Amino acid sequence: MSTSDPTARPGLSISGLNISFRNKDGWTSVVRNLGFDIAPGETVAIVGESGSGKSVTALSVLGLLPQQSTRIEGSIRLGDRELLSLSPKDLKALRGNAIAMIFQEPMTSLNPTMCIGEQIAESIIAHRGTSTAEAKAEAIRLMEKVHIPSAARRYGEYPHQFSGGMRQRVMIAIALACKPALLIADEPTTALDVTIQAQVLNLIKELQEEEGMAVLFITHDMGVVAEVADRMVVMYRGDVVEEGATTEIFANSRHPYTKALLSAVPQLGSMSGSNDPQPFDIYDINTGLADEASVLKSTVDMSQILLDVKDLTVRFPVQQTIFGKVTARVHAVENVSLTLARGETLAIVGESGSGKSTTGKLITGLLHPTAGTVEICGKPMRKDTRQSLSRSVQMIFQDPFSSLNPRLTVGRAITEPLRIHKIATEKERDDIAASLLTRVGLSPEIARRYPHEFSGGQRQRICVARTLALKPSVIIADEAVSALDVSVKAQVVNLLLELQQEMQLGFIFISHDMAVVERISHRVAVMYLGEIVEIGPRAAIFSNPVHPYTRRLIEAVPVPDPSRRLDRHKISDSEIRSAVRPGDYVPPARTYREVSPGHLVQDADPEWAA
Amino acid sequence: MNGAFLKFTPRQIPAYLLALLLVVSLLAPLLPLQDPLKMDTAARFAGPSGAHLFGQDEFGRDILVRLIFAIRNSLIVAFAAAILAGVIGTALGVLAGYSRGLTEMLAMRFIDIVLCFPPLLLAMLAVTLYGPGPVTLIPVLAIVFVPSFTRVAHASVLSVRSQDYVEAVRSMGASNARVMFSTILPNIAGPLIVQFSFTVAVTVVLESGLSFLGLGVLPPAPSLGLMIGTGRATLAQAPMLLVWPCAALTAMILILNAFCDDLRDRLDPKSSKIRGQ
Repeated sequence: MSTSDPTARPGLSISGLNISFRNKDGWTSVVRNLGFDIAPGETVAIVGESGSGKSVTALSVLGLLPQQSTRIEGSIRLGDRELLSLSPKDLKALRGNAIAMIFQEPMTSLNPTMCIGEQIAESIIAHRGTSTAEAKAEAIRLMEKVHIPSAARRYGEYPHQFSGGMRQRVMIAIALACKPALLIADEPTTALDVTIQAQVLNLIKELQEEEGMAVLFITHDMGVVAEVADRMVVMYRGDVVEEGATTEIFANSRHPYTKALLSAVPQLGSMSGSNDPQPFDIYDINTGLADEASVLKSTVDMSQILLDVKDLTVRFPVQQTIFGKVTARVHAVENVSLTLARGETLAIVGESGSGKSTTGKLITGLLHPTAGTVEICGKPMRKDTRQSLSRSVQMIFQDPFSSLNPRLTVGRAITEPLRIHKIATEKERDDIAASLLTRVGLSPEIARRYPHEFSGGQRQRICVARTLALKPSVIIADEAVSALDVSVKAQVVNLLLELQQEMQLGFIFISHDMAVVERISHRVAVMYLGEIVEIGPRAAIFSNPVHPYTRRLIEAVPVPDPSRRLDRHKISDSEIRSAVRPGDYVPPARTYREVSPGHLVQDADPEWAA
Repeated sequence: MNGAFLKFTPRQIPAYLLALLLVVSLLAPLLPLQDPLKMDTAARFAGPSGAHLFGQDEFGRDILVRLIFAIRNSLIVAFAAAILAGVIGTALGVLAGYSRGLTEMLAMRFIDIVLCFPPLLLAMLAVTLYGPGPVTLIPVLAIVFVPSFTRVAHASVLSVRSQDYVEAVRSMGASNARVMFSTILPNIAGPLIVQFSFTVAVTVVLESGLSFLGLGVLPPAPSLGLMIGTGRATLAQAPMLLVWPCAALTAMILILNAFCDDLRDRLDPKSSKIRGQ
């Protein structure tokens, strides 16, 4: 099955791996007949959606699955050692020494009470038995190696003083402390912003070249796979459905599931030449046949302005003297102005801390602005009008697991808005719930069940149904598809587009995912540190990004095409700056220039000159 | 759902026992029982007989009847105090946790002040000032237990209010009262119900303790604490006089705790224990 050079001594070799978990009804098989090799210096990616068994495979290599309730058969060899027959003590010695792992969540995988440098040094001492002074010197060397700026100074800082991307670098430094033969990276960049993701991927590749280690990369993101992997293994519900060289699979996938997965991945730049959104083709996972998406008619009606936001500003005090004088503020949203027409989708893109979600909350009236106005269908949003205006603006949240009240049945959850606004009788509400569920592609029967019985995609459909109950004219979707698996993401995006066609809804689509944004939006606003740096028609923004930040953002998006890998020399190690400013900070007056009709760009700050 | 409630399982035993306790103590005055205060000095310390199943006490009163009325008194005081404390404490806690700012500061500092007093001391102080009896006892016990409800409610609200579904109902235009009482309250009911169970159990103990010291229910009205107090004096002659009220007290607390434990599981829609059956 392997396409690697047969003369190379395999770093990791897995064959005939079967993993089952015990539950109350007996054994459930979660991984079946898995086999692949990774040579030293090679990167293999295991790709799959949630429940495919990819993380379980990684844990089995490390021997971290609970022994009592797991059955592992087959063979996992590192060099010439069989890992499955090792004693727990030998395995422990192997972990961290020969095999290291980095995890998805850099926020929680470091000890918050220990300074960064000591955590790296501790791992060096534990595995190499060096003296404390030597370990410290080595730790600083490693911090420099993972490009942590002014490493010697930051040695004594604590995890909360590091950003997410920097923490992931620390995790990598710890993993590298013992020069492992195999590095397992389990979704290492999923929680990071795109520009930071590009930096971390770049770092892993660079270190791999230096150290010659084998890398097992676990991810659901086809863009990341195309970026880093030499070969890939596609898993679906515990089975390997396809395996081979990355370039070959991307160019010529054979299995229907791989085809479906690849087609669901939005490709940045695939939409040039068209001004309207375009739904995803939905492939059948069993047959691989495409259900071709229909071409949409234009829904935008510029004569009806649904939403008019002028000079919106909100600042939160973060630090005060004892006499109540504010010494530091977050300038979360600064002078944001935008409009939304009927049937239009305006995407707000930006990275964490850019103020995009705060803007969404200001529009719905969940937060009150420090200055500026929000007008919905010509009526100003104020404290006293929020209740009545909330019928026109509804919101979809990112996490479908926390945005539904666990104590309400699905039917009640959907009709909750009607109950709040005292619309319709109980009987009519049941009918409305049933028709809304049918509308979002769910069975009306589920109205009597509770949210926890449903998957993420189904829950997000329920949330969409809930927002439709009041027949709003504007829907704010705050990262509404970010937490979903690719194929489910495509379906929910299509649903939103269909609803727009039908009801001429206006969407504010808040997202960090440039590829989805390109697919769904008419216009795009790019936010950076609370300000809009560029706004304009989608085609103009993507084909002719003018502001340096927009360019950096678009360049950093991993393209699901192995032949177009990121130019590694272009990636800077700069961090996303913080919007916390001193108390007496006066934001500079910004000027915008019009590049083309409707395409406005902020005149770049001197910080971008470099 | 109803079917699950009717089907008998061992987990429901505490519920049935509590129901029995409540029915018997509520209906006690209507049942064909003897007068708990009727003395029969000729039959002091008489052992169990057909007419007096548990025997008679130092004044020849029927022990079983006195136990039933004592449990009735205990439960009335305990439930009244716990409900009062629960309503006030929860309202304060939800308000503090949801509105934050000055309201939160004032509410929580007030609670801290109440918490400074040891419960027994506070109860004794009030009883000394206003005289013993259930009318003093209920509000005093309620005040003693308000802080625990406020703290539990406050902490739970803080974790629930950051959930997206709270933000979601707010974005639908719900009023603050609606968010607090129809969205947040049901989601923090679990810990509050457990708190309620402990409060009822602790109140029963506290009430018995005060009655034992002569600061609670006044003789000749029956109370478990009073019965234990007098039973102690006659321990050598009639040990059962001490055993019966002690056993009743223990059993009552066990039943209350087991019941509330089960109730909490039942109220959680995610509980697989119930749906799995």
